[in-house]
Amino acid sequence: MKLKVLSYPYVVWIAVFIVVPLALVLLYSFTDGDLEDLNFTISNFRKFLDSKYLNVLWISVKLALESTVLTLILGYPVALIIAKEKPSKRNTMIFLFVMPMWMNFLLRTYAWLTLLGKNGVINFIIEFLGFKPLDLLYNDGAVLLGMIYNFLPFMVLPIYSVLVKIDNSLIESAEDLGANKFQIFTRIILPLSIPGIITGITMVFMPAVSTFVISRLLGGGQYMLIGNLIEQQFLWVGDWHFGSAISIIMMVFILITMAITSKFDTQKEGSGGLW
Amino acid sequence: MEKNCIIDLKSISKEYDGVKVLDNLNLYVRKNEFLTLLGPSGCGKTTTLRIIGGFEQPTEGKVIFEGKDITNVPPYKRQINTVFQKYALFPHMNVFENVAFGLNIKRLPKDEISRRVSEMLRLVNLQGFEKRSIQSLSGGQQQRVAIARALVNEPKVLLLDEPLGALDLKLRKEMQTELKNMQKRVGITFIYVTHDQEEALTMSDTVVVMDKGVIQQIGTPVDIYNEPKNAFVARFIGESNIVDGIMHEDFVVEFAGKVFKCVDKGFAKGEKIDVVIRPEDLEITTPEEGQFTGVVSSVTFKGVHYEMIVSNGKADWKIHSTIMKPVGTEIGMRVAPENIHVMKKVKER
Ligand SMILES: Nc1ncnc2c1ncn2[C@@H]1O[C@H](COP(=O)(O)OP(=O)(O)OP(=O)(O)O)[C@@H](O)[C@H]1O
Ligand SMILES: [Mg+2]
Repeated sequence: MKLKVLSYPYVVWIAVFIVVPLALVLLYSFTDGDLEDLNFTISNFRKFLDSKYLNVLWISVKLALESTVLTLILGYPVALIIAKEKPSKRNTMIFLFVMPMWMNFLLRTYAWLTLLGKNGVINFIIEFLGFKPLDLLYNDGAVLLGMIYNFLPFMVLPIYSVLVKIDNSLIESAEDLGANKFQIFTRIILPLSIPGIITGITMVFMPAVSTFVISRLLGGGQYMLIGNLIEQQFLWVGDWHFGSAISIIMMVFILITMAITSKFDTQKEGSGGLW
Repeated sequence: MEKNCIIDLKSISKEYDGVKVLDNLNLYVRKNEFLTLLGPSGCGKTTTLRIIGGFEQPTEGKVIFEGKDITNVPPYKRQINTVFQKYALFPHMNVFENVAFGLNIKRLPKDEISRRVSEMLRLVNLQGFEKRSIQSLSGGQQQRVAIARALVNEPKVLLLDEPLGALDLKLRKEMQTELKNMQKRVGITFIYVTHDQEEALTMSDTVVVMDKGVIQQIGTPVDIYNEPKNAFVARFIGESNIVDGIMHEDFVVEFAGKVFKCVDKGFAKGEKIDVVIRPEDLEITTPEEGQFTGVVSSVTFKGVHYEMIVSNGKADWKIHSTIMKPVGTEIGMRVAPENIHVMKKVKER
């Protein structure tokens, strides 16, 4: 009984901040007209089928996939190296790695502006060395870099936490049975870390596919991802109905992607993941 | 002798952060024998095993395998397999894949692998378990998979670190017999670690008793039991009465205020020594016929025999006998000269 009472604030919280907004978004996406005079319609969704918008979706997904794959390729070895260290040392390393995450997301991304800009630090060095300055900002590369930089810790942490839990005696027994370092990795460590990889992919892909800040700051004003499109509809165009429809489409898209990735997670226990 | 030797540990010492956990260990292991490292917790058994397996490097000394120095050879190149204390089965593989792991690494043909794995599973009584997941097995079954996984590689030496530690008493006893039979059948050298003296005595050809990183005694189970070399071994193996004594001259010892004939020699005149007498070697007599006397202070029924504690003022004596004397009775005790074990006092380290 007591427990039930304790859970009330939580239920209220969920209702106010998750269920209600979601219901509103859903309502808006299937209607048009003013609040006093809503009409049911699916025209918002039909509107999205335009190649202009589909292309934005495609670019967003592609960019999110690229950042996910790259953070995985970069993050896995990092997680592996840290997990192999002595406990005292690896705690410090993880701490250093996670620390930037405590800084505001916007600030961190702004920092890259001063690094990559026309008069930024990197171009200053390039010019100092006698070369012509480069256009480092406002292109695909800059956005990708921003994504990787911001989301890398979300890939490293879950993989790391799975790796440190692998019992050393498993590695020793593989070695005992004749496996060399490479075989130990491919046959023991990698398969056992799949739950961490799945969680990492989820944690990176979800925010990456919906970001609008990184693309805005590092991609320039005209750079359009699906997140920017939604932002534009709500803040600039004022078409909340279409904006809501795009949000719903993106959510469904994310859910489908997650359902697919979790299929690869053959080992359910100890995954420590989101699902 | 030399030719029969498969593993030879030469002056092995091991330090962790300046603390000596193995001190000048010398041990040779014969082909096809069942050798047990026995000792209390923390005495260095696992460390010794890990040095033989190649998972630790000795600080000093050499590991010789069939005449060759393998001190610096990594584990995966040694013809030695290990059954780990916690089994360490691969959780993402089924029983078949676990057992086949070593053979897959060696890239043997598929049909040979599946033949050898089935054979091995039959040997450990797990036929039909191929597709089962590790999580679905009981402790005893996991234990057998671990043994099969090691044995299928046909190692020359199998190392086992307290493999029965996690099993209940009944299963333990069964597995002891099974392991011993298996060892005889496959004819592989077993180096076995336990802190259970009964297990060591029933299974082994040779028992190595260790304490604080030092080998106390090496011998057959019968030797170790009947002729413990020092008070530590006597106390650790079976039950004993250990009392202070003085050696008068060769074959004459004084303890409990009396002088006794014994079979030990080579001590200094008047040297203070430990006298060890097994509880079953003390014979109960009338007070007149006894070499020394005492009063029964407690009696416990132990199934096949009674255990009595008899005080004679100087010490308490534990006696195992089928004859029961009630508490308060004065009795006599006799002990044959060959059952009096005289031991040098061990200096406390
Ligand atoms: N990696 C290590 N670092 C520091 N000390 C260690 C290490 N491994 C073992 N020791 C120490 O070495 C001593 C011997 O340990 P070992 O594991 O060999 O004992 P054991 O005889 O197997 O004991 P048990 O019966 O409890 O398994 C212990 O005091 C232990 O604390
Ligand atoms: Mg141990």
